[in-house]
Amino acid sequence: MTLGVSEDLPPDGGLPADALAETAEAKQIEGRSLGQIAWARLKKDKIAVISAVIILLIIAVAIFAPLIVKLNGFPPDQFNKLDSDGNPLLNTRDGGIPIGGLWGSGTSAEHWLGVEPQNGRDVFSRLIYGTRVSLLVALGGTLIAIVLGTVVGMVAGYFGGWVDTLLSRLMDIMLSFPSLLFIMALTPVVADRGQDLFGIPDDNRLRLGVLMFVLGFFGWAYLARIVRGQTLSLREREFVEAARSLGAGPMYVIFKQILPNLIPTLLVYTTLLIPGNITAEAALSFLGVGIKEPTASWGRMISDASDWIESNPLYLFFPGMALFITVLAFNLLGDSVRDALDPRAGRS
Amino acid sequence: MGRYLIRRLLQTLVILWVISAITFFLFWITPANPALLICGKNCNTETIATVNANYGFDKPLIVQYGTYMKGLVNPGGREIGSEGSERTCAWPCFGESYQNGLPVWDSISDAFPATLWLATGAAVIWLFFGVMLGLLAALRKGKALDKFSVGLALFGVSFPTIVFGYLLLFLFIVKLQWIPFPDTANAALFEVGPVKWLQFYILPWITLALVFAALYTRLTRANMIDTMNEDYIRTARAKGLGEGTVIFKHGLRSALTPVVTIFGMDLGGLLGGAVITEQIFSITGLGKFAIDSVLGNDLPAIMGVVLFAAIFVVVANVIVDVLYAVIDPRVRLS
Repeated sequence: MTLGVSEDLPPDGGLPADALAETAEAKQIEGRSLGQIAWARLKKDKIAVISAVIILLIIAVAIFAPLIVKLNGFPPDQFNKLDSDGNPLLNTRDGGIPIGGLWGSGTSAEHWLGVEPQNGRDVFSRLIYGTRVSLLVALGGTLIAIVLGTVVGMVAGYFGGWVDTLLSRLMDIMLSFPSLLFIMALTPVVADRGQDLFGIPDDNRLRLGVLMFVLGFFGWAYLARIVRGQTLSLREREFVEAARSLGAGPMYVIFKQILPNLIPTLLVYTTLLIPGNITAEAALSFLGVGIKEPTASWGRMISDASDWIESNPLYLFFPGMALFITVLAFNLLGDSVRDALDPRAGRS
Repeated sequence: MGRYLIRRLLQTLVILWVISAITFFLFWITPANPALLICGKNCNTETIATVNANYGFDKPLIVQYGTYMKGLVNPGGREIGSEGSERTCAWPCFGESYQNGLPVWDSISDAFPATLWLATGAAVIWLFFGVMLGLLAALRKGKALDKFSVGLALFGVSFPTIVFGYLLLFLFIVKLQWIPFPDTANAALFEVGPVKWLQFYILPWITLALVFAALYTRLTRANMIDTMNEDYIRTARAKGLGEGTVIFKHGLRSALTPVVTIFGMDLGGLLGGAVITEQIFSITGLGKFAIDSVLGNDLPAIMGVVLFAAIFVVVANVIVDVLYAVIDPRVRLS
C-alpha cells in the first residue's frame, strides 16, 4: 500500500504533517486494532469531540429533566395564567396569544422561552422534557433494529440454504413496505392491540413502547441484508474453520467469532439510525399518531406551534432548533465515526 | 432478458400478495368493532347487525379477505356486504370509506395527481442539484467548493423536513409575503395557470428535495471519487481522450449507476404520498389522505393507500433492476 494517508482522513486531521506523524506512530506500534486506531483518530477530530460533548449534554438534559425544570419552577404540564406579580400572561380576548415578550412569545425572566398560547404552559420546561421522549424513542428503536438486524442477518448468512432463502425473502418484503406510511398507519393499531393484550391503558407510556417497537421493526431489514453479506464471507475465513474443527457449535461461532468482526458495521449503522429515528419520532408525533397530550414532545410542539406561526413564530422556532441541533450533532459524530472506522483510510 | 422479466414480475406479484395479506390481517384484527365506528352515536344492537350485514363483517376474516382480494383482481369488481347485496363496487375496488361512504379508489385517484406533481417536481430539483454538487465536489476534492458542498450536504441531511418546511413557509409566506398562503384546494396546472401553480408547488418542492439533494450530493461525490481512481480512467486519459469525455463518458456514467438505483426507490416511495410535506403545505395528496384516514380510524382507506403505495415501491424495484442492467454492462440479468 502507498503512503497516501491524507486521502480520506477526517476533515480536521487532513494536514500532511499530522498524517505523516500518525503513520510513523502506527509503524512503531505493530498490530494496533482497528478499534484502537479509530479511537485515536476520533480523539484528534475536533468536530467529533465537539459533537460528542453536545450529545452528552443533551443526554444529561434528558436524564436530569426534573431537576432542570425545578430551576425555573414551572412543571411542563402546568397551565399558567398569571405571572408572579398577578398580571395575566395570555391575552384572552385575542385567542390567547401571550402578552409581551420577544415577538409576542411571552418570554420573560420567569418564562425564559415564553409560554404556550391558550394554555400558558412553560415552553422551556416542555422543551426540556421533550428531550426525554426524543432520545428514549430513538435509542430504543435503534437498539431493537440493531439486535433484530444482526441476529437475522447472521443466522441467514451462517446457515444458508432454506433458512437463508426464507429470511432473505422476508428482508425483501420488509424493504418493500412504504415504511413511513406503514409506521404511521400501524402505530395507533399497535397501541390499540397493546391495550387489549397487556391491559395497559393507551397512555404515553404505552405509546413510547409502541413507537420504539414500530421504528425498530421497520429498521432492521436493511442492516440484516448487510450483515448477511458480511457473514457469508466471514464464515469462510480460516479462524472460523479452525474454531469449527475444534468442535465449536454454531452459536459459539456466530456470537464469539463472527459478531466481533461485525462491530464496525454495526457502529456505523447505529450512527445512521439514531438521527433518522429522532426525525421519525418527531414526524410521527407531529402528524398526531405518536406521543399524545399532555406529554411534551418536540414533534407535537411543532405541530401545535404551526397554528401560531404568524402571531408567535418563536414558539415554532425553539422546538425546531432543538430538533435540528440534536440531529446535526448525531450526524456529525456519525460522520466522524464512519471516517475513523474506514479501514481504507490511512492504515498502511 | 425476457425470461428474467417474467420471473421478476411473478416475484413482484408474490411480494404484493404477501403485503396485501399482512396489511389486511394486521389492520382487520383490531379489537375495535368496525361497525361501532360506522354507526357512531346511533349504535344499538339492531343497527350494528345491519351494518355488519351491509359491510360483510359477519363473515369469517378469511372470507372477508377473499372478498377484498376479489375486488382487486376481478375486472368486474365485487359486491359490497353479505350475499344478496345489490351494491357493487367497480374495479379496482378497495372498499368504501367508513367515514364518508365513498369508494376508496375514487379518493385515491383524486388525491394522486397532487402527489405526483409534488414528487416529480421535487425529484427534478434534487437530482439536478444533488448530482451537480456531488460531481463538482468530487472534481475539486479538498478545495473550497468541495468543503462547501460537503458542509451543505451535512446541513441538508440534518434539517428535519418539519423544521425546514416551516422555516420556508415562515420566511416566504409569512414574513416576506412573496407567496400567498396556500389555498385549501389543490392547484391544478390547467385551472389556475402556471404562475399560481408554481407559487403553490415551489416551496413544497424545495422542502421535499432538500434531504434527497443532500444525500445525492454525498453519494455522487463518494462514487465519483472512487471511480476517478479506477485504472480504466487512467487508461482513458492515457489514450489521449479529452478531460470532458473522461469525466462524463467514462467517469460519471459508472458513478451514477448506484444513484439510479436509489433514485428509483426514493421516487417510488414518494409516489405513495409525501405525508409531512403535504401536511405542512396543506396539499390534499395521498399523504394527507393517508394521515386523515389514520386519524379517523378509516380501515379501508388506510389499507387502500398502503397497498397503493406498496405497488409503487415494488414496481420501482423492478424498473431499477432492469435499468441497472441497461446502464451497467457488467450486470447480467439471470
